Amino acid sequence: MPLEVSALSYRTEHEFVLDGISVTIENPGITVVMGPNGAGKSLFLRLVHGLLAPSSGTVHWQGRNLDLALRRRQALVFQKPVLLRRSVAANIDFVLKPLGGDYRQRRDQILLEAGLMRQRYQPARLLSGGEQQRLALARALATDPGVLLLDEPCASIDSGTTLKIEQLLQQTRDRGVKIILITHDIGQARRLADDVIFMHNGRLLEYAAAHVFFNAPASESARDFLQGRIVL
Amino acid sequence: MQDFSASFGLAFSLIISADADLIEIIGLSLRVSISAVLLAALIGFPLGALTAVIRFPGRQALAVLLNALMGLPPVVVGLLVYMVISRAGPLGWMNLLYSPAAMIIAQTILVTPIVAALTRQVVEDMHKEYDEQFRSLCLPTHRVITALIWDSRYSLLTVSLAGFGRAIAEVGAVIIVGGNIDHLTRVMTTAIALETSKGDLALALALGIILLVLALSVNAAVYGLRASARRLSYA
Repeated sequence: MPLEVSALSYRTEHEFVLDGISVTIENPGITVVMGPNGAGKSLFLRLVHGLLAPSSGTVHWQGRNLDLALRRRQALVFQKPVLLRRSVAANIDFVLKPLGGDYRQRRDQILLEAGLMRQRYQPARLLSGGEQQRLALARALATDPGVLLLDEPCASIDSGTTLKIEQLLQQTRDRGVKIILITHDIGQARRLADDVIFMHNGRLLEYAAAHVFFNAPASESARDFLQGRIVL
Repeated sequence: MQDFSASFGLAFSLIISADADLIEIIGLSLRVSISAVLLAALIGFPLGALTAVIRFPGRQALAVLLNALMGLPPVVVGLLVYMVISRAGPLGWMNLLYSPAAMIIAQTILVTPIVAALTRQVVEDMHKEYDEQFRSLCLPTHRVITALIWDSRYSLLTVSLAGFGRAIAEVGAVIIVGGNIDHLTRVMTTAIALETSKGDLALALALGIILLVLALSVNAAVYGLRASARRLSYA
């Protein structure tokens, strides 16, 4: 940290999907990205992670261009977990083995924290949706990231798993890892956010501390969104 | 019709008595075809995976070529290999003509495009699913390819079995480069052709039955593998 995004745009053949986003995030903790469907949240996350190249604009982490070394310090958890066709343990080993050392002990520790120790020899794709998402998060944490990016990790999972994931995220934040989290769940945003980015129609409408955003949102769209109205 | 029935009877008695000639021919057929499939897998898996993953000029042309080569006429392959390994050819000094090694080379050339083209399709589909995750993990290309090959292992076994089916049933190439020499290069398909032309339908039928059983076994194995993979949720 910090993350400096300057005039970030992404356009398809016909239109700007993300239009001139500028923001500087200096706070540690959890930054929640909110906004209605189609706001460009997932695209924003992929651009700041370097999975996509912007049409224009820049992304700087720690004052540097996003290079391979910086990207390796980041981990991204997708909304739909992408798990290897292997056992639970082998999914963690996949990222731990190249780091060397006694990876088995570290893997067991990670699985224990994620509550997946009992399932460690099961095929990962036979886990429930919530367990799969916990495994995806555990694998991301196994890379020991400085920045953790999450694209709606709790969409379509039960409340027990959501609680477990939120606890993992809070523990991760407490260890000093910067987290950028996309969520549609206003309750989750209130529980976790230290600051909030609000996006609508490919534009960044607000960036504010969580208590400021939730108590006095500056934009009409954000007010409507927080009150559960349909935002067009 | 009576001759036909008698031939069936003779065929079964040859199989049940484990006739030495029959066993020798089956053994050589399996040795040649399995060796060819293993070599084809060694070449075809990485070639197919590379074509699926790496973007380079001419990639589409290579994919089209691999698909086209799946239908290589065996006699043409046999002729080309013959020209290369015959005494006057560039590899004539290796004395490979009319040997099992020559037959393995010919079958490898026939099977490799099948393995490579089907591998490309399997790996390409899986790569679409894994691509963002692998790019997020900043994996080097060799790790991407080995991971994709490993995670496609059940499908690639099916691909190998398809290659084996092609190799074991092939006659045109092996008869040209192997010469169908008794106790040396005679395999099931060339023996069937020879014994039929001689009118010895019993041995030809016995070999035909075994060939059919092998083909059925290969299909059953493919079906079983797919079912297992689905059950284990690796598919």
